[in-house]
Amino acid sequence: MMAFYFQRLLESFPFFLKGLWMTVAVSALGLSSATILGFVLGIMRAGNKKLLTWPIGAFVFVIRGTPFVVQIFIIFFILPEWGIQLDAFPAAVLALSILGTAFICEIVAGGIKAVDKGQWEASTASGLSIFQQLRFVIVPQAMQTILPPLVGQYVLLIKDSSVVSVIGVVELARVGWMTVVRIPEGLMVFSLVGILYFVISYPLIRISNSLERRMSMREVRL
Amino acid sequence: MFEGFNFRIIWQYLPFFLEGLRNTFLISIVSIFLAMIVGTVACACRLSRWKLLRGVSIVYIESIRSTPLLVQIYFFYFGLPTLGFRIPELQTGILALMLNSGAYMAEIIRAGITSVSAGQIEAGISSGLSYFQRMRFIILPQALGVTVPPLLGQSIVLVKDSALLSLISVLELTRCGQVLTSERFMPTEAFFTVAFFYLCIYFCLKTLADWSQKKLIFREAY
Repeated sequence: MMAFYFQRLLESFPFFLKGLWMTVAVSALGLSSATILGFVLGIMRAGNKKLLTWPIGAFVFVIRGTPFVVQIFIIFFILPEWGIQLDAFPAAVLALSILGTAFICEIVAGGIKAVDKGQWEASTASGLSIFQQLRFVIVPQAMQTILPPLVGQYVLLIKDSSVVSVIGVVELARVGWMTVVRIPEGLMVFSLVGILYFVISYPLIRISNSLERRMSMREVRL
Repeated sequence: MFEGFNFRIIWQYLPFFLEGLRNTFLISIVSIFLAMIVGTVACACRLSRWKLLRGVSIVYIESIRSTPLLVQIYFFYFGLPTLGFRIPELQTGILALMLNSGAYMAEIIRAGITSVSAGQIEAGISSGLSYFQRMRFIILPQALGVTVPPLLGQSIVLVKDSALLSLISVLELTRCGQVLTSERFMPTEAFFTVAFFYLCIYFCLKTLADWSQKKLIFREAY
């Protein structure tokens, strides 16, 4: 019986690859927009304008304080009541980018605050505009602190993307859930799903670890 | 935006939400407690002298960290019955949460222990302290400052993750929102109430985590 189910599982492998592709698509779209927005908000949050830092802080608090499932339900079920109808896929990408923005914003703000104050003063004294200061002096240095946790956060977000299966996006977790109805071998089906997630996230975990090691070595050398 | 917000229905369902809140509390507390035990054991194995134990714990930690919690929940939910174990959803959920957080906690505890310099341990050995005495009097007091704040952070993550148990129909806070949505079709009221309760829990835990961090850093500087 095991062998029979294994055979059928192999037959439905293309379906799993489709799910993997969907996971990659949702994650790539969600993460890239989250990175851009996260950097913008993070740079604003690191500043000292109360009018900017307060709303961003409140946004981060709300997003970090509620479970991702609840956020997805709010976006998918409540936005239509306010007249914004979204399909499952855009809703999933939107939810993931909002979640990612909140976390990346905190990482970026932390990295920028860690840059020595003298760097700001020196670049101001050199007559650089605020945009030039950020572009050429502050952000390149902050990247050292930002990069390792950022990659780690990417892994967490890719894993969180499995939750969008609740609104019917047919990605990996959903594929597993749909397959287990036909092939009642839960261990086998979800091991396969797990392996496919492992294939994406394990390399990223290794990159994050090695970045962390390299960055901390550089610090010692200074 | 909120003109149609129906507070009466929330008032009517309040006992139901409070039951969900209580269940979320119980699930979280039990899972955090068990995850700490699992984490400590996994960490002890990870740092052990025997290769086999080390290998087993590395496989455990890495496979948990590179797959989503949702897939792990489904793995146990659909997988255990095929092995002949029929356990209720609640226990399945707690098992998944415990094993998931245990892996992260093992890494946190390991970071704490390895942050204690080798000289301290050598000094302990040369003073003739036994393994347990060294742990009790030298390593743990120093490691706690590095581990307690991130452990509280992981506990916050666990509370939010427990929302995923709603997907295997454990009656906790998020599930209450789903039930209210399907019984009365009032997703706005349902999920904003749920989000509000989660924010309250998050606020308390976050305050505790920040406070512990301040306390422990103060002690280090002292």
